[in-house]
Amino acid sequence: MSDTQSGAAQREPTIFELSRPGRGATAQMPPPLAAQVPAELRRRRRPLLPEVSELQAVRHYTRLSQLNFSIDTHFYPLGSCTMKYNPRGCNQYAMLPEFLGRHPLAPVSLGQGVLACLHELQEMLKEVTGMQGVSLTPMAGAQGEFAGVAMIRAYHRARGDLARNEIIVPEAAHGTNPATASMCGMKVIEIPCNAEGDCDLDALRNVVGPNTAGIMLTNPSTLGVFERTIADIEKLVHAAGGLLYYDGANLNAILGKVRPGDMGFDVIHMNLHKTFSTPHGGGGPGAGAVGVGARLLPYLPIPVVGRDGDTYRWLDERDLPASIGRLSGFMGNAGVLLRAYIYMRMVGREGMQRIGEYATLNANYLLARFRQAGFEPAYPSRRATHEFILTMKREAREHGATAMDFAKRLLDFGYHAPTTYFPLLVPECLLIEPTETEAKEALDGFVDAMIAIQREAAADPSRLKGAPYTLPVRRLDDVRAAKQLDLTWKPAA
Amino acid sequence: MEIGRLMSERAARDGRPLNFIGAGAYEHHIPAAVWAIVTRGEIYSAYTPYQAEASQGTLQTIYEYQTMIASLTGMEVSNASLYDGASGLAEACLMAVRANRRSKSLRILMPKAVNPTYRKCVHAIAGNQNLRFEEVGFDAASGQTAFDSLARHTGEDITAVVIQQPNFFGTLEDVDRLTDWAHKQGALVIAVVNPTSLALLKPPGEWGEHGVDIAVGEGQPLGVPLAAGGPYFGFMTTRMEHVRQMPGRIVGRTLDLDGRPGFTLTLQAREQHIRRGKATSNICTNQGLLMSAATIYLAIVGPEGLERVASASMARTAELVAELTRIKGVREVFTTPRFHEALLRLERPVGPVLEELARRGIAGGYDASHDYPELGQALLICATETKTTGDIANYASALRAVLGTARAA
Repeated sequence: MSDTQSGAAQREPTIFELSRPGRGATAQMPPPLAAQVPAELRRRRRPLLPEVSELQAVRHYTRLSQLNFSIDTHFYPLGSCTMKYNPRGCNQYAMLPEFLGRHPLAPVSLGQGVLACLHELQEMLKEVTGMQGVSLTPMAGAQGEFAGVAMIRAYHRARGDLARNEIIVPEAAHGTNPATASMCGMKVIEIPCNAEGDCDLDALRNVVGPNTAGIMLTNPSTLGVFERTIADIEKLVHAAGGLLYYDGANLNAILGKVRPGDMGFDVIHMNLHKTFSTPHGGGGPGAGAVGVGARLLPYLPIPVVGRDGDTYRWLDERDLPASIGRLSGFMGNAGVLLRAYIYMRMVGREGMQRIGEYATLNANYLLARFRQAGFEPAYPSRRATHEFILTMKREAREHGATAMDFAKRLLDFGYHAPTTYFPLLVPECLLIEPTETEAKEALDGFVDAMIAIQREAAADPSRLKGAPYTLPVRRLDDVRAAKQLDLTWKPAA
Repeated sequence: MEIGRLMSERAARDGRPLNFIGAGAYEHHIPAAVWAIVTRGEIYSAYTPYQAEASQGTLQTIYEYQTMIASLTGMEVSNASLYDGASGLAEACLMAVRANRRSKSLRILMPKAVNPTYRKCVHAIAGNQNLRFEEVGFDAASGQTAFDSLARHTGEDITAVVIQQPNFFGTLEDVDRLTDWAHKQGALVIAVVNPTSLALLKPPGEWGEHGVDIAVGEGQPLGVPLAAGGPYFGFMTTRMEHVRQMPGRIVGRTLDLDGRPGFTLTLQAREQHIRRGKATSNICTNQGLLMSAATIYLAIVGPEGLERVASASMARTAELVAELTRIKGVREVFTTPRFHEALLRLERPVGPVLEELARRGIAGGYDASHDYPELGQALLICATETKTTGDIANYASALRAVLGTARAA
């Protein structure tokens, strides 16, 4: 591995530096037509947009794409993110010109095909989660969470129970959980987990009561273990008058095996970009469909696809007057939903069961290999679900090699870093999720890389501190980035 | 194979109508290169750029996007995008509460001429935090936000005023006057803008004496297909002084260990994965794929191309209005200058007319009569640069036939 200068060749100037006055992709422009804009409303100076040829733009953004890691090029053992293969077929069929050309407000008579797909998706998601109703509109997991908590709030308010303004969140939860509760005007009550990774029931008993609106749980939890006390939690919270919210971030682990509805959850959000393999797109779009039990049905976010005989239509304010309302300008990320629909149809019922099985098998295989190699699991007495946590606290103590150092050095070996420093309660942690789509060879290669890095850490820890060496840039100065804000390109003075 | 056939059948069933609907989503020509690049695996299947060294492509694209959108809106800084325009306005209202420390009222003035779905969405998202939204009416003749009903609030504690340009009817607002009035009351101004229109129209950063405080909008017109409603993306820009109150991801340029420039997510202390319950928002998505499409779109069309798209759309809408209002029983509701949408009034209920047009392969517009019963049988129409004189003539003859049929029946 050559250590120096590797990055320099992979640099690409900004598009603005390629720009020359008067250049442009004329073939892509409509003929000039005069428009009458009142003088006082007219723009005076042109915006800073690049003036380049079409080829220059194509080459520039193709080169930029090559500076990225992606699932198509690299293994992402990224815990709690479920980075599995995004089947190409899902993209191809979702991008049929009729689907792309459909205006969201066109009459439903011109959209029966797409509505049929979305209605069947609602039904399939109800089936796999064991819930009574589904709304597809939330545009990401965090918006699904928002919808869930807003429905819980609406439910209590409709009963005149205004005191319930507390949402209980285990400390291992995703940051979006407490952030969502705050956005819904709720007070966040955090409770600890015990040494085995289960929710601390005594702590829960101490906080549930007449102010409890609900609890948000991820199961399997972000600690990579199944919440064994789920039945007790369900009884405790329901007995106190609260509702149970299921964060579907880790649904992949139990797909086809256990259903959140059967565990007693009242509301669930699903990350279709995780479990149902729609693309991450470098940070979005996602889709965060929500499912509810009978109690929350009237509050589902609108619009929802309804069916009258053989025709489909959107159910809106008139059909669901108690709905928490609209969360998007139209009906959510329809194109993402179509991809999830195609994925579920391709996988089928049997395939769905194998997803959970192989995701868990891959995780447990990896965990076993890491144990053999002398790495330390954070919860040694527990089996992995679809993911597990290693703690690098010994490596940190003995060699000063932190979880972040391992993560950055892995990039040089061609592996995307696992999730680092999350959950916050496990010191020096790496949260590892292989997913069901990785072959044994990829898993073995990843373990071998970790072993090689562990040896480096013992022999020469400074080697890790300087990593990565072979990427387009080396470690970046985040402090400088935040202090000397440079957020837009400016022409040289 | 089976699913391929099913999807093709369903797509064929929906067909490809000639579209004259706008109302928040607009059909524009998208250069083929845009989606050919965006669907490359290295963009399509990449993760959020938390590992900066392995995500320089995504991060540099965001930096370029931030530059383009900030300049287009005439503002200093942009985030890396939000879910869509409607939810972006909700985030902007919440941000205004954080940014306007002098105001204690949590009151936001919301013109009725703002997209009705946006207003509903803002209530659903921001309403849980005790914000109060007060409606401001519009002038029945001009379609502009009525300055009188705004001026009624002079001297009151107002957190922010929302101004949409062009407004939901396609009408151009007197943005300078509205902005200056709001600032005199100590309120922040939130602009909701159409990005295509900004090639021609004064950017929010130059409205009134001081420019607006937050600009948001639907990014879909910039290279994103209509696609039945999404995924789209929302954009948000602001002044540097408010950057720490902005929700969503932000990318900055910095140096690496060797002193060479590189890009990274910055100001993350605002975000949910660090601040948890105290974050500026629970959002952890930017619409990366769509933002990439917009960046490539803007690079390919450039300033000249965007200006031509805007002018052609405006001119085609003028042509469409002229053609349709020649039909008996079709009148334009407002007389003020518009961008690329117009409100027509029919003498018959709009819904059944649209169904008739749909049977003739035409998506004829948006039925505004449910949102604005006071406007009667109102139809909102739009033509972009994608429509030819022939398309417009086809629409006119179909509408003539539909309205004629009704008279005969």
